[in-house]
Amino acid sequence: MDAAPVELSPVELRGVNFAYGEGELRRQVLREVDLRIGPGEIVILTGPSGSGKTTLLTLIGALRAMQEGEARVLGESLLGASEGQRVRLRRRIGFIFQNHNLLGFLTARQNVAMSLELDGRHSEAQRLARAGQMLGAVGLSDHLEKQPAQLSGGQRQRVAIARALAGDPGLILADEPTAALDKQTGQEVVRLLRDLAKGRGVPILLVTHDPRILDLADRIVDMEDGRMVQADKASA
Amino acid sequence: MNEVPPPAKLLPWAPERNGEAVEPPPAPRRDPGLLAGLLLALRLAWRQLRADRARLATAIAGVMFACLLVFMQLGFRGALFDSATNLFRAMRADLFLMHPLTEASFRAEAIPRARAWQALADAEVDRAVPVYLAQVTLRNPETGSRRAVQLIGLDADAGAVDFPGLADVAAALRRPDTFAFDRLSRPEFGPVATMFARDGPFAIQLGTREMELVGLVEVGPSFGADGNVVLSEQNFRRVFSRQAANADLVALKLRPGADVAATQARLAALLPGDVLVLTHAEMVARERLYWETGTPIGFIFLFGSVMGLVVGMVIVYQILFADIAGHLSEYATLKAMGYSNGYLARVVLGAAVILAVVGFIPGFVLSTLLYGYVAGATFLPLEMYTERAVGVFLLIFGMCFAAGLLAMRKLRDANPADMF
Repeated sequence: MDAAPVELSPVELRGVNFAYGEGELRRQVLREVDLRIGPGEIVILTGPSGSGKTTLLTLIGALRAMQEGEARVLGESLLGASEGQRVRLRRRIGFIFQNHNLLGFLTARQNVAMSLELDGRHSEAQRLARAGQMLGAVGLSDHLEKQPAQLSGGQRQRVAIARALAGDPGLILADEPTAALDKQTGQEVVRLLRDLAKGRGVPILLVTHDPRILDLADRIVDMEDGRMVQADKASA
Repeated sequence: MNEVPPPAKLLPWAPERNGEAVEPPPAPRRDPGLLAGLLLALRLAWRQLRADRARLATAIAGVMFACLLVFMQLGFRGALFDSATNLFRAMRADLFLMHPLTEASFRAEAIPRARAWQALADAEVDRAVPVYLAQVTLRNPETGSRRAVQLIGLDADAGAVDFPGLADVAAALRRPDTFAFDRLSRPEFGPVATMFARDGPFAIQLGTREMELVGLVEVGPSFGADGNVVLSEQNFRRVFSRQAANADLVALKLRPGADVAATQARLAALLPGDVLVLTHAEMVARERLYWETGTPIGFIFLFGSVMGLVVGMVIVYQILFADIAGHLSEYATLKAMGYSNGYLARVVLGAAVILAVVGFIPGFVLSTLLYGYVAGATFLPLEMYTERAVGVFLLIFGMCFAAGLLAMRKLRDANPADMF
């Protein structure tokens, strides 16, 4: 480990290339991508579909193996990381998906507690208590024992936010979190996510097409054809 | 050890007291223990199974069905072998002489009766009792129809066999033209036992001869014989005429304290090659072996058991597979959250194991009830032995585990990189 990890950015990418397929079918989706996310920074990644932003997100989330380039996420080098190392890194990252992907047979509280079961420090009672607190923080303290089917779309996405934050992640990755929600609910949900993350100093990398939530970002990064087109907030 | 032990009490100006102390850094993340991880996976599996009641009921029914099928097949198989050896197991002697070509008791090869008296030449042999085996027909006293019955001719006073009830009728059996009937015989022989209990001794046609029924004993039917009749040597010859100098089996009683193995070896050397000298266990095993290998019956039941297991495995596999296929995105999310492939594999196997246990219990109870019912209907000794219950549980467990291993391959489709 390098000394003084405090100074390190949670995400630091340099010269990342990525391609799908082989030979004739090889398709380059990321070209020389550089990206740095500072502690507590909220970065929105936009761009037309096929620009490679989702691929970038899966690489940072350690869901895919890196091919080329230099990448450090939460102090771990991703290039050449084994499946086991990537699985361990994922435990320190909170994921929010387009769909809530909650387990239908568990209550809201049990769903949130699932993200704590990977950490042997907590007992069952602690896990459930902490899950209850997190659901309280997203305004669902009255719905702890409801199953996802009994919740509205916005409520489900808030459970997903509570689940992503419950494990004290060092980074939040979100992919179109408002895609399945109406305008107002979507904005509420993202605002809630931002406030909770800011309060904890957790950086967020959010991929979206939704122009209504761009103003929530500290910085907006545009991607086109696998390349970064840096733009500051004012010009977006 | 050069550590200084910490002071027992904090000093008044200690940073812990005045709030200046830095909070200790949180303990590093660590994996849950192996057992805790297993239990959590098992709990998740159970919660998932429980959520879909109809699917759970189907799975339990499938396992239960397999369980029932295997129990019944193994039960019939065991009952067959048990009943086939009923006759020999009831015999109480130390050594037996039998023709080497005798494969089963219902088709015994004759041996010269003189072998019994020759065996007495050994100082350790106390008594030699010839036993005569044959099948003739017995006329049903109610309907008049005739059916083959196993004749067992022997000297009831000699104590070589010990059928329940035999001692009471031994005196009556010494009279000419008398016999005792096996009360456990199949009902096709008519209500012989009921009539005897009501009217006392009465005449029945045995073979071609009118004989008097003088008592009841208990032997039990087998696949080779539907019923049994016990009678004296002389009466056996009256019913079934054949070479008077031939017997089918000789039971040898040794003197108390005699060395059975050594006597067996001496007799084998002494007697000519037309007899085998067997211990009781060897004789029973030989009879059993005939039914196991000499007939297709053993294989048929084994085949039935395997079919039951295959059907059960397919059902459990279908259920587990559908559960995974229906929750692919959730499983992928769990992987994204940091759950390993191994953990999810344990969830699937956990579900398989739960189904094995939850399906076995009603299967076991139902099989025990059916054993009682079938035993009443067929007069076969169907019993739930502990070893059989344990064995079937292991089979069912293995069946579900294999189904889980097969279904687990579907987990590969849950790829978190495709989630975004």
